[in-house]
Amino acid sequence: MGFTPVTDQDRQAMLDVLGLESVEDLFQDVPPGARFQGKLDLPEPMTEGEIWPHLLELSSRNANLDEYVCFRGAGAYDHLVPRAIGHILSRSEFLTAYTPYQAEISQGVLQAIYEYQSMICLLTGMDVANASMYDGPTALAEAAIMTCGATRRAKVLAPTTIHPVYRQVAATYLRSRDLELVEIPAPDGVMALDVLKDHLNEEVAGVLVQHPNFFGCLEPVEGLAELVHGVGALLVACVDPISLGVLKAPADYGADIVVGEGQALGNQISFGGPYLGFFAAREKLVRRMPGRIAGATVDSRGRRGFVLTLQAREQHIRRERATSNICSNQALNALAATVYLALVGPAGLKEIASQCAWKARYAWERITALEGFAPMFQGPFFKEFAVSCRGDVDEIDDHLLQKKIIGGLPLKKLYPQLGSGMLFCVTEARTKEQIDALVSALGEV
Amino acid sequence: MAQVPLLFEMGSPGRAGYRVPECDVPKKPLEELFGADALRKEPLPLPELSELEVVRHFVQLSRLNHGVDVGFYPLGSCTMKYNPKINEDAANLPGFARLHPYQREDTVQGALQLMYELGEYLAEIAGLPRVTLHPAAGAHGELTGLLLIRAYHESRGEGDTRREIIVPDSAHGTNPATAAMCGFIPVEVKSNERGGVDLEALKKVLGPQTAGLMLTNPNTLGLYDENILEITRLVHEAGGLVYYDGANMNANMGISRPGDMGFDVVHFNVHKTFSTPHGGGGPGAGPIAVAECLAPFLPAPTVEKDADGKFYLDYDLPQSIGMVKGFYGNFAVLVRGYTYIRMMGPEGLRRASEDAVLNANYLLARLKDYFDVPYPRICKHEFVLSAKSYKEKHEVRTLDMAKRLLDYGYHAPTVYFPLIVDEALMIEPTETETKETLDEFVQAMIDICEEAKRDPETVKTAPHTTPVGRLDETRAARQLDLRWRGSS
Repeated sequence: MGFTPVTDQDRQAMLDVLGLESVEDLFQDVPPGARFQGKLDLPEPMTEGEIWPHLLELSSRNANLDEYVCFRGAGAYDHLVPRAIGHILSRSEFLTAYTPYQAEISQGVLQAIYEYQSMICLLTGMDVANASMYDGPTALAEAAIMTCGATRRAKVLAPTTIHPVYRQVAATYLRSRDLELVEIPAPDGVMALDVLKDHLNEEVAGVLVQHPNFFGCLEPVEGLAELVHGVGALLVACVDPISLGVLKAPADYGADIVVGEGQALGNQISFGGPYLGFFAAREKLVRRMPGRIAGATVDSRGRRGFVLTLQAREQHIRRERATSNICSNQALNALAATVYLALVGPAGLKEIASQCAWKARYAWERITALEGFAPMFQGPFFKEFAVSCRGDVDEIDDHLLQKKIIGGLPLKKLYPQLGSGMLFCVTEARTKEQIDALVSALGEV
Repeated sequence: MAQVPLLFEMGSPGRAGYRVPECDVPKKPLEELFGADALRKEPLPLPELSELEVVRHFVQLSRLNHGVDVGFYPLGSCTMKYNPKINEDAANLPGFARLHPYQREDTVQGALQLMYELGEYLAEIAGLPRVTLHPAAGAHGELTGLLLIRAYHESRGEGDTRREIIVPDSAHGTNPATAAMCGFIPVEVKSNERGGVDLEALKKVLGPQTAGLMLTNPNTLGLYDENILEITRLVHEAGGLVYYDGANMNANMGISRPGDMGFDVVHFNVHKTFSTPHGGGGPGAGPIAVAECLAPFLPAPTVEKDADGKFYLDYDLPQSIGMVKGFYGNFAVLVRGYTYIRMMGPEGLRRASEDAVLNANYLLARLKDYFDVPYPRICKHEFVLSAKSYKEKHEVRTLDMAKRLLDYGYHAPTVYFPLIVDEALMIEPTETETKETLDEFVQAMIDICEEAKRDPETVKTAPHTTPVGRLDETRAARQLDLRWRGSS
């Protein structure tokens, strides 16, 4: 039955060795009050031939992005995913391995993690990176906690231009440790350095900045680190890894910790997960980092090999003194990111980032030229931009859906004060024709 | 086997493994769009490789790695069962893999239905009424669960007093780490001579300061705690709640439900119990099931069904602990778990747990004469042996035996855990292994025991046939080399 190969004969043979009458005898230590009687109330089993049509039917009741054109981002992005990635991820030796505890038979996974860490360091300009966190929001949350540990302070500042969900997750994590997230108003779509200054003092452990931010806008990161470091706090940059194909590495504007959502790097969009949070930092912070870290060493024959290292930070060694409780991470997603960066290379990443910028700009120019559609914020943006719309955003959304377009994200749920707003995202995967179709559909509303 | 060069040691300028379509909109100078100050000045120092170079590199790397599909993987507490292939195809269906999480609810009814129904199945298996699918892994489920417990006590005005979480000395490291991460003080309680929680010790640490207890049952020794009902009752009487670490749920499906044992919150490791692949360290999924008293505090959104049978996301949870993750959980992992549960059905799941326990007891019976058995009783899905006699008599440690097993083509058991057993080997065969595999493994273990006596040097210098020899972990931690730093 199912995937269990144990036949009735096998059962009998094993019971004979055990000197037991029946399988039931193996559960005599379960007290009657805790013993489940009867049958679980679950659907009856299906064979492969039976479940496949069911899965097809369930999945067909979703509007998928191969059939609908997506202009929605806000933390999950429809970038092109090279086909080779899926094939590499499906290699059984990667797919069906556990965390590489036995390094001598896990060199494939360990070297791939080392390569991943190296890639993240090259992108961000940081000195060290870990093997991945659950996603962008939890990576930011762990970074916020790390600033408190490193400075022995308890307050973290976050402008409201950071993705609301990222702020919520950071707030949950900080609150759990009796630390505080203070939100800094940023009504103009980017943080205002003078407002930040008003909040900066020697109680502040860290300042979080998302760049480009939730609205796609570039934050005024030049000079930010000086302000933050001036009060002895740390700067955490949360970045879109694709943007780093053209934008300055966060190390170059003084970030101490760099995190972000790595989904855009060759991972399926999959209704929100699994993704990966990347996490990188300056060398001096390495012992405060959460999560697994792979390192190079030598074997008994003097040859290069890789192991999990600095494990004294982790829960299985340090228990309640660990830097985090994280155990399983997103290794396969990190592998996808590594393969992605290896495939596209430096010129490819630059081209992809540039096309995002060009296509977003083209869409922005055409949409904001429509009567009743206006940019919500001034200043440069990367692949996303907010537009205030003519009429009801739900009706616009409806109309676009009829044209098989998933339009910009209505902002009213996440930012009630921006009720007329839609946040559009345009990646390299969109074509001029698709953008033009979006613009004409918007013009019809 | 030849070593594989790093990606950074390969390639040649001008190569690329992927072509982006020509840009079909006006290309504005980036300096004009962003200002020169915002731009990267130097090209990224990434390698330049063809598609074949990249594919070959990773295929070569993969061949240096062990996995369930390669061979037996008796890693205790990790439930390395077979990962059915259909799971992968299901998760990769465009109607699941190509969905944006912020699509309108009426365009993702199939995905929401799958999540809703999976939640119902997990609730039934747990014996608890409500579920959140958000947590990304077991430890993340623990974090979420303890935050719920904390919110519960706070809602009753006891947040400041109930600060202690009791954790047995046999617990997974994540338990005390999670308790500390949630602002609790972990309090250790020792195990009794049967390997279970010592009731007298438990009574001593329970009190008005108790927020709860975290427990795995069967515990990390693979033993079912016969006093489980008494334990949960005592904690409840003291005003605490009880957290079930679901890492060992593979022993219990359809046999003993955490809710019936008296637990208030349970996490599942979908990547253990429900057959989804572990991917070399993740992604997993760690959904939790909770008692009604914790439901108001669940992270938003929950997946609900309205009177017309339409599924929707409910964000209206005023007492919620807040969000613990972006979006709704590791959806593609949940698709795999759903597929598995639907294929197994209620009796298939029970049979899987029965066979997992039978396989473990059979292995234990076959190995018990060769090792010390710290708790000689019926085990559940896993068991713990001690190799201390080999250390004492032959200076062969558990680590050496584990490394020698690699030469025989097996992954090693979990070693040196739980901490309360000297020279521990924790073995979990799972239900998907055949008796023939178990018999071959037993023979390998016996052979290694013989080697330890006759030729200890061979064991102490193992492994000998793996892609690399024993690795110098001390050097790795002292001379940190955590990334490629350019050719020197």
